[in-house]
Amino acid sequence: MKFWRLPLDSEVHSIPHGTVRIIENRCKGCGFCIEFCPNGCLKQSKRFNAKGYHPPEVVSYAEDCADCGLCSLICPEFAIFTQLDEAKKITESDILKVSTRYSRKDKRYVKS
Amino acid sequence: MRVRCRKLQPFNKEAADDVIQKDHGLHPDDKYLKPGRIPHIWCPGCGLGVVLTTFIEAIRRKGLPVDKCAVVSGIGCTGRVAGYLDMDTYHTTHGRAIPFATGLALAKPDTSVTVFSGDGDLFAIGGNHLIHAARRNVNIKVICVNNFNFGMTGGQAAPTTPLEAKTSTTPTGNAEAPFNLPAVAHAAGAVYVARWTTFHPRQLVHSISQSLDKKGFTFIEAIAPCPTGFGRPNKLGSGLEEMRFYRENSEIRNGIDPGLAEIKLRGKIVVGTFSDVDRPDFLENYQNNVVSKVLSKGDKPGKGRAA
Amino acid sequence: MGKDVLTGEHFIHGDAACAEGGIAAGCRFFAGYPITPATEVAERMARRLPEVGGIYIQMEDEIASMAAILGSSWGGVKSMTATSGPGFSLMMENIGLGMMTETPCVVVNIQRGGPSTGLPTLVGQADVMQARWGSHGDYGCIALVPCSPQECFDLTVAAFNFSEIYRLPVFVLADEMIGHMSERVVIPRKADLVIVDRPQPKVGKDKYLPFESSSHMPAPMAVTGQGYHVHVTGLTHDERGYPVITDTVQERNVRHLVDKIRRNAEKIIRFETLGIEDATVVVVAYGCTARVARQAVENLRGKGYKVGLLRLITIWPFPSALIRSIAGRVKAFVVPEINYGQIAYEVERTAGGAAEVLLLALMGGSIHSPEEIEEGVAEFL
Repeated sequence: MKFWRLPLDSEVHSIPHGTVRIIENRCKGCGFCIEFCPNGCLKQSKRFNAKGYHPPEVVSYAEDCADCGLCSLICPEFAIFTQLDEAKKITESDILKVSTRYSRKDKRYVKS
Repeated sequence: MRVRCRKLQPFNKEAADDVIQKDHGLHPDDKYLKPGRIPHIWCPGCGLGVVLTTFIEAIRRKGLPVDKCAVVSGIGCTGRVAGYLDMDTYHTTHGRAIPFATGLALAKPDTSVTVFSGDGDLFAIGGNHLIHAARRNVNIKVICVNNFNFGMTGGQAAPTTPLEAKTSTTPTGNAEAPFNLPAVAHAAGAVYVARWTTFHPRQLVHSISQSLDKKGFTFIEAIAPCPTGFGRPNKLGSGLEEMRFYRENSEIRNGIDPGLAEIKLRGKIVVGTFSDVDRPDFLENYQNNVVSKVLSKGDKPGKGRAA
Repeated sequence: MGKDVLTGEHFIHGDAACAEGGIAAGCRFFAGYPITPATEVAERMARRLPEVGGIYIQMEDEIASMAAILGSSWGGVKSMTATSGPGFSLMMENIGLGMMTETPCVVVNIQRGGPSTGLPTLVGQADVMQARWGSHGDYGCIALVPCSPQECFDLTVAAFNFSEIYRLPVFVLADEMIGHMSERVVIPRKADLVIVDRPQPKVGKDKYLPFESSSHMPAPMAVTGQGYHVHVTGLTHDERGYPVITDTVQERNVRHLVDKIRRNAEKIIRFETLGIEDATVVVVAYGCTARVARQAVENLRGKGYKVGLLRLITIWPFPSALIRSIAGRVKAFVVPEINYGQIAYEVERTAGGAAEVLLLALMGGSIHSPEEIEEGVAEFL
C-alpha cells in the first residue's frame, strides 16, 4: 500500500521512536523477541553470552523501533525492553518509510 | 542419647546481599522482582516467564501498590512464580494454593490475592479446592498456566493432556480425555473466565487487569509452551515453534460458551474472554447472611445454651 | 459486637471450652470440616466468631481447612481448626507446611478410636505418635493434653500462646471423653488472662530476616501487607526465605525447627504430680485416662501403698528428664493409655532400663476402670 499524501490528521499523531535495550547475559535464546517484533528490529547475534546462548541484537535499521514494548512483554527472561527516545512529528518521508517497512517485513515472512 | 551434628555454616548476609546487588535493576520490571532471584529456573522456550511479565504489566497498569498484593502458588514449575515476585508471596503445598489463599484473602480483605499455579496443581491434586472456591466466590484471582503436562517432574500426563498426546507416562498416547479448564471454572461459578496463550501477551495483560477489578473468583487460563516436557514427545518442536503454532491456530471468540472451547492435540485453540458476570462474593454473603443477623440479635453472646 | 471472653461460670463440654479458649486467646478465623467428635467445636465457632468480628468458614475437606488457617495466620489473624483422627491424617501435609514455614496456629484433635474410620463416637488416645511424627521430615512440636473441659479452655489459650511464641502449629490433643464431657468451666476475667501476640519485626526490610535461625527462637513475623515482602516457602529456605536446595542450608533449616522446641523444652513442659516423692510405683497418664488413674492412685494411697501419679499436660515435648530422674528410685512405671503402646514406649525409652514399665492398653471405645489400674500397680507392690 502506498500513501499519496500526508494524512489530514497527522498533526495530532506522532511516531514514537524507541531504543531496544538487551541484557545479554539473561537471554536463554528462545527467539520469541526476534520472531514477534512487529517491526522486525531484531536478529540472532553470532555472539555467545555467559550462559552459552546467542542473544538477539538490533538490526542495522534500528530506527524502526516504535517503543511498542512487545519484546519486553514476550521475553520470558526479563532480558529485553524498549525505551522511548522521542515522539516525532509525522513527515512525508515517514509515510514513505511505512510502505517500505511493511514490504521488508513481508519478505522476512516469506523467507521463514 | 548424645547427638553429634555436622558443624553449622552460619548464614552469610553480606555474601547474600552481594548476589542481590549484582545484575538487579537493569530491567524496568526488576522493581517487581525479588532481588537476586533472576535468572529463574524455567527452560529456554518456556512460556511461564511471559505470563509472569504480563502479570507484572497488569499490576503496573492498574497502579496497584505491591504492598496491597499477595501471590500464592502451589507446587510445580508455575509454583515457582511466587518466589520471584517482590511482594508478599507464598509457595505452599501441592494443590493447596487456593485454600491457603482463601484464608489469606479472608484475613486481609483489602489485599489483592492472586493464585498463580499450573494445570496439574489446580486441576489434578487441587481440583476439589478450585471448584469449591469458585462456588463460594472467594475474592481470589486465579491464573492457571496450562502446559498440558507435569513439567517439574519430567513431563508426565496431567488432567489437561489431550487425548492421544504422548508424555513420559503415556508413551503410546494418552487414553484419557482432558478437562476443558474454562468450562470447569465457569460451571463451578467463577465470575470471570478467560483463556489466552503466551502468543497473546497484550490480551493477557488486559484480562489480568480486568480480573484485578473484579470482586470474586476469577479464572484465567494461560496456555504456555513446554518444549521440554510436552513439546518433545509430541514433536511440537521448540518453544518458538509452539508459539508459531498458537499464532496460526488460535481463534479469538469472546463471549462464547466455554464448553465449546475444548482443546485437541494439534487442533484449533479457542481463546477469548468467555464470561464476565457479577454476583456477591463470600465476604459479602457472610456479612449479609451471618454477621448482620448475629449482630441484630443484640448482645447475647452464646449464653444460656450448654452448646 | 459480642464479648470475646465470656467471664463467669459455665456448664459446657470440652469441645465448646476449646472454642471459647480459642476466642479468648484472640482467634478470629476458624476453618474446619465436620467430623465426630470434634464437630461441636466448629458449631460453637460458627455461632460465636461472627459475634466477635471473626470469620468461620467450612472448607471442602481437612486438607483445605489446615491450608486456610495457615493462610489467615500469614494474613495476621490468629486461627485454628478442629478435627479428629481421619481429619488429622489429612491435615498432616499442611501441618508440615506450617512447621516448615513457622506459621503460628492451633489444631485441636478430639481423638477417637482408629485406625481409619474406627470408632467415630467413642474414645481413643492413639494419635499421640501421629501428632509427634505424622508429617514427613524432622521438626519439633508441641502437644497439650487436657483432662477436663476446664483444661480444654486453659490449654487452648496456652496453645495459642505457645504457637505465637515459637511460631508453629500447636496441637491440643483432647479425646472424645473430654470433648463430650460437660463440666463446670470457669472463664477468668479478660484482664486476668495471659495472652501473647507474635513479636513484630523492628528493623527495616533490608535488615529483616524472617527465618533467622542463629538463636534458638524464631524471628519476629512480618505478615501480609506490612511491606516486608517475605517469601514463604515449604522448600528448604535460607534466613531470607529464599529457597536454597543445598545440604548446608538444610542443616540450618531443620536444626532450627527442631532446636527451637528441644532447647526450650524446659520452658514448655507442664505436668502435674501426686505423691511421686515417696512412690515406689508411678502411674504415668494423660487425658481422660489421668482422671481414672488419679482415682486409682488415691485409692491405693488410702490403703497405705506408696504409689504416685505423673499426669502429663504437655505430651510433646516429652518430659524425659523428669522420667529419668524418677526412674532410678522407683520400681516401676505403670502407663494406662487407650492405644496399644505409644507413650509407654517413651517412658520405657527414657527410663533406660532403670525401672520396669507396664503398659495397660485399651484399644479404644472405653476407658480404664480404677480397679484395672490398681491391679496393674499391684503387680509391683
